[in-house]
Amino acid sequence: MESSYLLTAILVMVAVNYLTRALPFLFYRGGSLPAPVRFLERYFPPVIMTILIFYSLKDTDFQSAPYGAAELSGVALTVALHLLLNNYLLSIFGATLFYMGWVQGWFA
Amino acid sequence: MKYHEEIKTAFRNSIPVMMGYLVLGFAFGLLMASNHHAWYWTAIMSLFIYAGALQFAAVGFFSAKLGLIDIAIASFFINVRQSFYGLSLLRRFADTGWLKPYLIHALTDETYALLTGIKTDEALSQKHYALFLSAFNQSYWVIGSISGALFGAAVQFDTRGVAFSLTALFTVLAIEQYKIARRITPFVIGAVASVIALMLLGSSMLLGAILLSLVILFGLRSQIEDRVGTGENHGE
Repeated sequence: MESSYLLTAILVMVAVNYLTRALPFLFYRGGSLPAPVRFLERYFPPVIMTILIFYSLKDTDFQSAPYGAAELSGVALTVALHLLLNNYLLSIFGATLFYMGWVQGWFA
Repeated sequence: MKYHEEIKTAFRNSIPVMMGYLVLGFAFGLLMASNHHAWYWTAIMSLFIYAGALQFAAVGFFSAKLGLIDIAIASFFINVRQSFYGLSLLRRFADTGWLKPYLIHALTDETYALLTGIKTDEALSQKHYALFLSAFNQSYWVIGSISGALFGAAVQFDTRGVAFSLTALFTVLAIEQYKIARRITPFVIGAVASVIALMLLGSSMLLGAILLSLVILFGLRSQIEDRVGTGENHGE
């Protein structure tokens, strides 16, 4: 991968990410927020997290066998672990190990 | 030592974040290494971006060679939630002087939670406490991710499937969002927008999904807000 692409891509993310953290300090002057902004504040975070789940699975082939079975099982295991144990490190690492085991054929 | 008490309190309060940032940072470094990115890219990202979900998503941007405009817009929407953190810290950061740019830079989900969630002794210099707390947290993230990058580059092992940590992270974050929002509609909107964008745009679905979800979200705004009920006041 060429360094110039990586560098500019990272610079863009540095700038935009800093902007999201600095926005209120730049523009907010007290008082209550406009209603559409409060609506976004409340309901957009779950929307974007759902989109990111799909984005991370965008190259999975759900049309032909095994129909993303490893990915779907991995997500199901993440949810189950997280609801049962409520420890995000265990949920993430348990599910990732399980998925790695599946695609590398440890269980075959 | 100057600020001894501030450093001690900041360190003690940062311990819960330590484990999480070290381990999650390690996973990020490992993921970068498995994509054959040199360790210093990991270091640069963790120092200067310092945002978990975005850095994990960035690994996908790089392998897709996503355009810069797409990266800018996606980054904004992935992290726009952070824009709301500053609102409750305006007064607190008001007299922090030259520390302020760093305190804003280091305002992650976890640091925000600690700053607003834990009351500290009023005798402490609040701005230095905030500085040390922020710096401790970021140091865990930086140390964890560089370790992961170096480990991944030095130790040869089969990394197929490591990228699933991305999906697992987003899944966990979504569950945590559900605990706050307690509503299923935003998740359905995200899923519908994603599936449509995947069918139309394939692998370059991210931006389309974000824009489509915003259209649907605001299209259904009156229904969504109606069903929340009248008893809820979401003002300041």
